[in-house]
Amino acid sequence: MKPRTVSMYRRGFDFETTMWLFTRLSALIMYLLALIGIVGAFIMGARTQMNLADIIRWTFMPNPSHVLNTNVPDLAPWSTVFWKLMGSAFVFFAAAHGLHGLLSVIEDYLSHPGIRLALRILGVVILLLMSGIGIYMIWTS
Amino acid sequence: MGLKRNVGLIEGLRYQGKGPMLTYILHRIGGLAIVIFVAVHILSSYFGGQTGIFLNAVYEHWIFQIFIFFCALFHAINGLRIVILDLWPKLIEHQREAIWVEWAVFLPIYSIAVFVIVRTALGG
Repeated sequence: MKPRTVSMYRRGFDFETTMWLFTRLSALIMYLLALIGIVGAFIMGARTQMNLADIIRWTFMPNPSHVLNTNVPDLAPWSTVFWKLMGSAFVFFAAAHGLHGLLSVIEDYLSHPGIRLALRILGVVILLLMSGIGIYMIWTS
Repeated sequence: MGLKRNVGLIEGLRYQGKGPMLTYILHRIGGLAIVIFVAVHILSSYFGGQTGIFLNAVYEHWIFQIFIFFCALFHAINGLRIVILDLWPKLIEHQREAIWVEWAVFLPIYSIAVFVIVRTALGG
């Protein structure tokens, strides 16, 4: 039996579909970032018996302030541009992924167009603000 | 013009969605919890001070860690299932088995983490 799938062009690829795909792909990208993060955490702390909480903190956000209480002798090699870029990428993808999730929850439970629009704008503003502050904190702390 | 629902709350809670519905609702709750957690965490690291110290104490509490690790780990593993089934739509007929695999991955990892968190909390 011939598959009845319609080609991508005839199906139409609008903004919502793009965001749907982006939500999936950003999840995969965050998996990749967390994988790199956990490898870094093991290299950093395996020999000094770093505990689980610190490993998880570094996995999700490779910021030296997250591992201050460990007995890693020198944190300087871990506050490099590479790890700051990793942290910024995580904030960017997490914020965009979270924003789209928040918008779908709003649209599922609230149907009033005005409330929807207001919450949509509020969500966009708050998440832009949060990712701005988050990336600022990564590069200045 | 509000949303008109034709079921009540009790009926809604008794909805027989079973396994898939449970993962759907946990994914949603977990996602919202992570959004709120990350937003407050970023704000507390930015403003610091007494509020920051208080919020850090909340975040480092073992009960909160058990809760937020459930949300994050479940959201991650369930999200991976959704990504795989969505990007390869032919696999959707194995959705029920995929959910079993998902719990089989989630439960051991989460149990070990809870064990470690509780043992640390008890001073071990």
